[in-house]
Amino acid sequence: MDFFRFERDIPFTRWGKLSMTFSLIISILAIYSLVTKGLNLAVDFTGGTVMEISYQQPADLNKTRKILADIGMPDAIVQNFGTSRDVLIRLPVRAEHVGGNLSEMVISALKADDPSVEMRRVEFVGPQVGDELLENGLLAMLFVSIGIVAYLAFRFEWKFGVSCIIANLHDVLIILGCFSFFQWEFDLTVLAAVLAILGYSVNESVVISDRIRENFRKLRKADVTKVVNNAITETMSRTVITHGSTQLVVISMFLFGGEALHNFALALTIGILFGIYSSIMIASPILILLGVKREDLVKIERKPQEEAVP
Amino acid sequence: MNRYPLWKYIVIAISILLGLLYTLPNFFGESPAVQISPLRAGARTDAALLQHVEQVLNQQNLSYSETILESTGIKIRFTDTDTQIKAKDILSSEVGSDYVVALNLLSNSPQWMRRIGALPMYLGLDLRGGVHFMLQVDMAGALTKSLDRFSVDLRSTLREQRIPSAGISRERSKIVIRFRDGQAREKAITELGKAFEDLVFQSEDTGGEPRLAVSIKPEALVHMQNTAVQRNITTLRNRVNELGVAEPIIQQAGVDRVIVQLPGVQDTAKAKDILGRTATLEVRMVDEDGDIDAALRGSVPPGTELFTERGGGPLLVKKQILLTGDRITDAQPGFDQDHQPAVHVTLDNNGSRIFKQLTRNNIGKRMAILLVEKNLTEVVTAPVIREEIGGGRVQISGKMSSTEARDVALLLRAGALAAPMEIVEERTVGPSLGAENISKGFNSILYGFLAVATFIIIYYSAIGVISVVALAINLLFLIGLLSILQATLTLPGMAGMALTVGMAIDANVLINERIRDEIRHGAAPQAAIHAGYERAWDAIIDTNLTTMLAGLGLMIFGSGPIKGFAVVLCLGILTTLYSSVTVSRAMVNLLYGNRKLERVPIGTIKMPKKSNNKL
Repeated sequence: MDFFRFERDIPFTRWGKLSMTFSLIISILAIYSLVTKGLNLAVDFTGGTVMEISYQQPADLNKTRKILADIGMPDAIVQNFGTSRDVLIRLPVRAEHVGGNLSEMVISALKADDPSVEMRRVEFVGPQVGDELLENGLLAMLFVSIGIVAYLAFRFEWKFGVSCIIANLHDVLIILGCFSFFQWEFDLTVLAAVLAILGYSVNESVVISDRIRENFRKLRKADVTKVVNNAITETMSRTVITHGSTQLVVISMFLFGGEALHNFALALTIGILFGIYSSIMIASPILILLGVKREDLVKIERKPQEEAVP
Repeated sequence: MNRYPLWKYIVIAISILLGLLYTLPNFFGESPAVQISPLRAGARTDAALLQHVEQVLNQQNLSYSETILESTGIKIRFTDTDTQIKAKDILSSEVGSDYVVALNLLSNSPQWMRRIGALPMYLGLDLRGGVHFMLQVDMAGALTKSLDRFSVDLRSTLREQRIPSAGISRERSKIVIRFRDGQAREKAITELGKAFEDLVFQSEDTGGEPRLAVSIKPEALVHMQNTAVQRNITTLRNRVNELGVAEPIIQQAGVDRVIVQLPGVQDTAKAKDILGRTATLEVRMVDEDGDIDAALRGSVPPGTELFTERGGGPLLVKKQILLTGDRITDAQPGFDQDHQPAVHVTLDNNGSRIFKQLTRNNIGKRMAILLVEKNLTEVVTAPVIREEIGGGRVQISGKMSSTEARDVALLLRAGALAAPMEIVEERTVGPSLGAENISKGFNSILYGFLAVATFIIIYYSAIGVISVVALAINLLFLIGLLSILQATLTLPGMAGMALTVGMAIDANVLINERIRDEIRHGAAPQAAIHAGYERAWDAIIDTNLTTMLAGLGLMIFGSGPIKGFAVVLCLGILTTLYSSVTVSRAMVNLLYGNRKLERVPIGTIKMPKKSNNKL
């Protein structure tokens, strides 16, 4: 089986203006959504308490809400979680209930009403911890971004590093934008997915850059645009097969991983799709825009190259 | 050209065997067990104890399937949880309080596997159920507490040196001593400076009154904070032992935080209660002039409190605390001269001095030793002071049994928290959710793998089969490595494994695509395979190292669940580099290297028209 074989190089770079305009527009939309709506941050970052409880029979959410209101928590968010018997309760941070005693109070009130209720999970995060987790997440993103630029600058050239990281941060922005626009819950696992995508999307740019370097050596007469287009076309098949495989696993996580991995898989899906797009349609035009030259990559290795060619 | 030397095949074969060996224990499942481990350095789990335990179990007709004696404790394996729970209750009353008896799960892997260290991965709390707490030490509270202690010491030193003072008080983060004249203050600076190396003394005059502001030196403050966290950890460890948890984790996180993980604990209320418990000792004087009858009727004289002595009558105790349990460095159960159970307490230097002074000044009077436990104060003993007691060794012998003596000693040793603590993070997972998470994670990996395998085999035919086998071996190495490292597996970790499956195939896709490229460009089959592997290497190492960077970022800055994901991601990259390149190459070499190939079995390839013309 062979999906992709193109007789001629696809003129990807010719569409650079169009794709960059498109990306600029969706990036602005993403930023607009992030500014106006913000992210629906999970308890991991905001602090507060989340409880997952399970009833023997389909839960009566209004009754649960009423019980919570009776013990002084009318602002509790009560909703179904997965099945009709499972209920998720979210409680904001309360100054008077430091030390996580809140969950004990809630569960004993609910048990008084229905002794069969089972506590499945409690997560309590103090506000100071939440702030730190957010801060560490941003630090990790900064660390990874700088690391990637430095690595690509070392292996290829700074222009590759810069164009690659712009494309990748564009992917991250789109993921964040989607989570903001649809108000999906952004928790620690989503943050992990975003950082994994930051590392994973680089693969695409690296493979293309690798081909570009090779083409600069091989296709001595070709101009930069041809070299880049040829590199993208030649690696097209690998791109689709690899990302398709990864996406298969991500779909498996989405279907079988339960609620805990739901948003994780969602973030990865957006990241993979936009990763392909941005490495081809954003990173390459920027690379040409930055004025990448044959001399940037080949000059040091010219000597062995000449010896190799008879 | 596509041949490996024999040693390479042998190395690969051995590594696969090892991977298999260390992965296997994860699939044997676990059976219920009871674990007995020593609580103190003095208590030992030896053959004698094992014999005793077996005897008890046989007497009670509790059938067990195996007993294991290790230096760290005794483990008894049962076939069902009912027997396990019954056995735990009986054994905890039989072996006494020197040991912790806890419920545990033991791997069913055969004994020889355990002997070579082939153990299953440690399951995280989200997979086995349990509680995770993060507690923050209140440093301001620790400072207040130690300033209060310094106030007592300063007062007694001033008294010893006969330096008149007009009062000592604590004002926020410093102690202020007031004097009647400047001369006394000068003398105090010299004398106190000698006695208290950790303190800074600064003269100030407020409203014409000579005062001395005392504060703790910054370096001493840092030391104090470290000690406070360390002491709290010790205290927590002692308390967790009371809970009977099989494998608790108590460790420092950052400067002022402590993480407590209690696998299998469901009763979070009890866990919180015990972690927050305070037990300390107070030494006060008995008010012998007070009217006990009146106090019993309800009018307690001011400055005193009414208590009942353990095994004795009511007595009035003065409110002023002369010595607290912070001064205790050790407490051991033992016996007094009359062979009655007693607790031998050792005090630190300052404590010894205070105790010596207090006994010297109060010969013939009664002193009360109180045990304060969670707002519940009890007079353990109220002996008459017969002589001055120096050397800091105090013997408390009330009317107590040897078990009580042991408990008191334990509590005193465990002590109060050096500084107040607050739970800043809690994650509790019920056992049913844990089991569900395991199957969810497992299914994600399984179906993800099957989907990728089907796709790759259809697309690349025979070479695709090799890629998939390499991918399976990759997963084998990853699980084996995690088991050898005894890493904790969490749900995010399982997600990391699934993702590794999805990303590792990239290396083989890169190789296979390169091979196809070479064929398209007219290379001979063997040359195409060779060049495919050689040329793909650069891209493989670059892609994996950049993903590794992201993994490292997550590992450094991530916490808890994220760290588990990052560890698996990073290890997965290492195993990928080995298995998708070296192992898959070995398979290709072994299968195709030694013969003449008509074509590479890598699926149908669309050949470009140009090369068709050439042919």
